[in-house]
Amino acid sequence: MKSPLLSATGLQKTFRRGENRFAALAGVDLEIAAGETLALVGPSGSGKSTLARVLMRLIEPDAGALRFAGENLLALTGSRLRAIRSRFQMVFQDPLAAFNPRATVERVLYDPLRIHRIAGRGERPQRIGALLERVGLADTLRGRRIHEISGGQRQRVAIARAIATGPELVVLDEAVSALDVSVRAEIMALLACLQREQNIAYLFISHDLALVRDTAHRVAVIDQGRIVETGEAKRLIAAPASAMGKALVAAAMKLPRRNGPEFLP
Amino acid sequence: MKTLSRLLRSPEAVAGFALLAGMAAMALLAPLLFPADPLAIAGPPLTPPFETWQHVFGTDRLGRDVLAGLFHGARTSLAVGLAAAAAAIVAGSLIGTAAGFAGGLADEALMRVTDAFQTVPAFLLALAFVSVAGPSLTTVVAAIALGAWTGPARIARAEILSLRERDFVAGARVVGMHPVEIALREVLPNALPPVLALSSVIVAGAVLIEASLSFLGLGDPNRVTWGGMIAEGRTVLRSAPFLSIIPGIALVLTVLGVYLAGEGVVEASAARRSFA
Repeated sequence: MKSPLLSATGLQKTFRRGENRFAALAGVDLEIAAGETLALVGPSGSGKSTLARVLMRLIEPDAGALRFAGENLLALTGSRLRAIRSRFQMVFQDPLAAFNPRATVERVLYDPLRIHRIAGRGERPQRIGALLERVGLADTLRGRRIHEISGGQRQRVAIARAIATGPELVVLDEAVSALDVSVRAEIMALLACLQREQNIAYLFISHDLALVRDTAHRVAVIDQGRIVETGEAKRLIAAPASAMGKALVAAAMKLPRRNGPEFLP
Repeated sequence: MKTLSRLLRSPEAVAGFALLAGMAAMALLAPLLFPADPLAIAGPPLTPPFETWQHVFGTDRLGRDVLAGLFHGARTSLAVGLAAAAAAIVAGSLIGTAAGFAGGLADEALMRVTDAFQTVPAFLLALAFVSVAGPSLTTVVAAIALGAWTGPARIARAEILSLRERDFVAGARVVGMHPVEIALREVLPNALPPVLALSSVIVAGAVLIEASLSFLGLGDPNRVTWGGMIAEGRTVLRSAPFLSIIPGIALVLTVLGVYLAGEGVVEASAARRSFA
């Protein structure tokens, strides 16, 4: 394997509140290659979201190293960090909470173009039109406020915002979990299409093992702040080695039809 | 639109806005209806009210027309009240945003300064400031704002502390937005509604402090003020009580109007939010 797009080694993060300590990340090692989909699965409270936020430089880790495309990400601060942010983006679970409640669709998509000086000022409205078309939204939505459009449309706007700067990595933190099944399938198809065309790598955080098996290239299982198992998606889900991997697969088999296609043949 | 119709259904709000509209009309019409200098002598001194059409509310000790004073005084009261409240809210919400968003040492330092200001009574602070800086419209505004910014600052900070943990702030950071822009453009506008709810209380307080300063002779000497008129009438309180009572009533009605209108707006918008 050539050098990975993103590599994390020994990431640690402990949250303290008064006397209480909670080790959300207890030494995470993770690699994501360019253009691949790595799924991250694990029970609630296992550190999935904390890991996503540390990788996005939203939370400072207590220890560990983080390299993105050869750059030491943890050493970057201020304007240099803001500049490199165009190359890795994130889509949040709740698309309503992820936008300023007062913003319009157009403003949400204009900001990344303006901040990263993409296209000239006069070209940006056309760019926004192209982005909307890219994620399958009508141009007439651009003047609407975020709270006026549907959940599926919001998540498409979130994806449009994430790809506006042409990133190499997009973290999808439970990005389709809140959507209903038919919308979820459409969004997954859109994400797969974007990946093929723009060679975007995804870190796909999900509860849905059936979805993970069908869409991810590799899976990493996280438990109590550690990656306990990593492997090729179909093989790992068919025969998990770790206790947590087995538990997750066993739990998913008990709910055969809830998440669309039947889970196991 | 819905907020407006709900506003018009509440009798308190309607009364408040009617009073305020009356005061605003007085302030705006003053130079048209009473083009002469309201501080100039206009007739015989101590004319009682409702005696001549020329001086409906009578004249004061020096023969100045009370009605003209009342109209011109409305200008000063409303101007000072609104300007002081605006200054207090702008300064307070910026300081509160800075404290809440920066956190850590900056937050501690700013909040201790806020505490220090809150321990001194607003009126004493204004009194001290005007005594040092000299009475003029701008110093009076600054003096009143000096004692009123702490409320907006505390509320803005509390709002920002809860808003800054929200995903949309993380989203703005992911996009690469500068922290100052995040604070001022993303977070602050969402923190404003509860801060603005304070504005009616601050305007009412500012009108009263301005009147009190003028009563003590620390208002702008080149302007008629209701507080100054009350002080002027005090010396002849036994023989001509109307000289203090008339501007006193104007003061009460203004403060009442501001308060009722403010409550009405807060309640109408709160109702809208709970239905949304």
